[in-house]
Amino acid sequence: MIKIANSTKDLREKYLRKDLLPTIFCPGCGNGQVLNYVIRAIDALNISQDNLVFVSGIGCSSRLPAYLEAYGVHTTHGRAIAYATGIKLTNPELTVIVFTGDGDISAIGLNHFLQAIRRNISITVICINNENYGMTGGQVSPTTPMGHFSTTTPYQNIEHSFNLSFLAKAAGASYVARWTTAHSLQAIKSIKKGLQKQGLAFIEMLSPCPVSKKTFKNTTEYLQYYLNESISYSPNQNNNTSAHVFKDLHECFTAQYEGKIIVGEIIDKEKPNYHQLYEDLRVRARNEFRKNK
Amino acid sequence: MSIITVDEILEPKLQFATGNDAIAYGALLANCRFFAGYPITPATEILELMARYLPLLDGGYCLQMEDEIASMAAIIGASWNNYRTMTATSGPGFSLMQENIGYACMTETPCVIVNVQRSGPSTGQPTKPAQGDVMEARWGTHGDHYVIVLYPNSVQESLWITIRAFNLADKYRVPVILLSDAALAHTREKLTIPLQNNIDIINRMPVTIEKSKYHPFRTGFIHPSKVPEMDIFGQKYHTYLTGLTHDWKAYPATDSAKVHEQLVRRFYEKIVDNHSDIVSMELKYMDDADIVVVSYGIASRPALAAVERARAEGYKVGYLRLITLWPFPHDEIYEISLDTKKFVVVEMNLGQIYHKIVEHSRGNSEVIKCFKIGGELHTPKEILKKIKSR
Repeated sequence: MIKIANSTKDLREKYLRKDLLPTIFCPGCGNGQVLNYVIRAIDALNISQDNLVFVSGIGCSSRLPAYLEAYGVHTTHGRAIAYATGIKLTNPELTVIVFTGDGDISAIGLNHFLQAIRRNISITVICINNENYGMTGGQVSPTTPMGHFSTTTPYQNIEHSFNLSFLAKAAGASYVARWTTAHSLQAIKSIKKGLQKQGLAFIEMLSPCPVSKKTFKNTTEYLQYYLNESISYSPNQNNNTSAHVFKDLHECFTAQYEGKIIVGEIIDKEKPNYHQLYEDLRVRARNEFRKNK
Repeated sequence: MSIITVDEILEPKLQFATGNDAIAYGALLANCRFFAGYPITPATEILELMARYLPLLDGGYCLQMEDEIASMAAIIGASWNNYRTMTATSGPGFSLMQENIGYACMTETPCVIVNVQRSGPSTGQPTKPAQGDVMEARWGTHGDHYVIVLYPNSVQESLWITIRAFNLADKYRVPVILLSDAALAHTREKLTIPLQNNIDIINRMPVTIEKSKYHPFRTGFIHPSKVPEMDIFGQKYHTYLTGLTHDWKAYPATDSAKVHEQLVRRFYEKIVDNHSDIVSMELKYMDDADIVVVSYGIASRPALAAVERARAEGYKVGYLRLITLWPFPHDEIYEISLDTKKFVVVEMNLGQIYHKIVEHSRGNSEVIKCFKIGGELHTPKEILKKIKSR
């Protein structure tokens, strides 16, 4: 009989490498919250830590695998998903979770992200989106909203920003959910769904960075903003924000430009994953080989 | 359904094959079961062959990735599932791979990278052979690191050297770079394909340390080797890997000069201490030679022809072909320089190994340049002229 841990203390004992604590994260950072949600989802699903591989790139959120008592691969900037592809394919028994940030996944590593979605590799990608390069001190990223200030946009950001969840949906992801660190229960539920998905699951977590991205002066204000300005994308979501149905994407993006945060389960669909397709291919290839012998 | 073996796939045993064929066959014989690559002339055929054959084999996977960066990343990831992994590319792709080759060095991940050289810089002459990536192979990724670089000179040797590349990668937990070139890759020669049970396989050292005493980068605990035992994902050891400077537990220690020095010096020592196991060269006509023609890879073919012609004319000329380019056979070159008046260095670049010969002959010998670029091999006559020059 396996004991399922559930108290915070039990979870900490079971899942964290305590000799590496405290973390390198700044006060008010959202990474710890997201880590908490991920651990709770893993624990609820009773996934073996021996079979868990956390893969990450470069940036603050990419430091998370170090703190987890499981396998961890802290790779190069933007490339985590390409590493994860090789890992998952050669051992499908592993549960592969990619921790990444907005700079990692939407700038230097965007192509790897889109290609892995296209292939539908069964990995769970969790992007902690703090809308800036936090580790290097607050430079503009492809998800920084237009008009925002950063150390490299001292006269305001004049570039349009990406909404990564809609990008993932457009590329054909099997599962996409978008929440903020203020949506704890929804996030845990989505991470659980993502982990069970046979195919690529993408969970985008908007996260405060009060030290490098001073949109708000502290995390309390960030969380208030998240709760007050979040709009649910789909009317069928069971969340604590006011449900809203957009008539089309244009309306949705207009709301985003006005400072609203689109949250919710963006897509959940079934499609064959890469591993299944590869094993089918193997059978065909072998039959053909024998026929031609 | 019965299993398909490599021996079944590689029939007939005698083929008229290209250098690229031989590399793919060598990889299959060496139990490479994961290949990730991106199309590029003149290396593409290796990817095509792996795409055809790997799905036939149990647990075999071949992936065409979105670029060479991703290819390199995927083979490193797969290597940690106890796979022998390989990618193949040419100059432009090799430049892109440098970032993750550094990661393979830092995490001591065995893998084989084939670079079928073509003329550069940049896009250069995609269908023409060159040897311009010799220094890049050694020093391409940033920071102090060590890699092993091998370079065959025939189709048959391409097969054997590929197998050796996998063995060295596993034995020393290091990326091994296998150089070839457009001429070798596309030349057809007789190739004898061995049966798989005639192949010597040296696998990586698995973890034998009990969990409480295991640390991912702990060395010298059970074995005297400076190569750590290698974990496999999905076990109880929970190894963490990082490109940051890390201690023996694999924990980041970016502020410690001591940890960094110990780690990076060990990368050197695990190779340098095994110099004689890794270094290989071919020597001919050396006994009475006072002139030595140094060459490697495809350039050694006209070099040997030139040496033999010079011998026929009465010149005391020796032939020295490097098979292992890195680690460089510095002591061997020094020893030879003591009896050598003149080295002629034949390279299809504007001087790369030349500088190593100058360095390690320590002024004992004159070092003559015999460089050629533009996509054509040297003619024996061109080399002969340098042998005769005073």
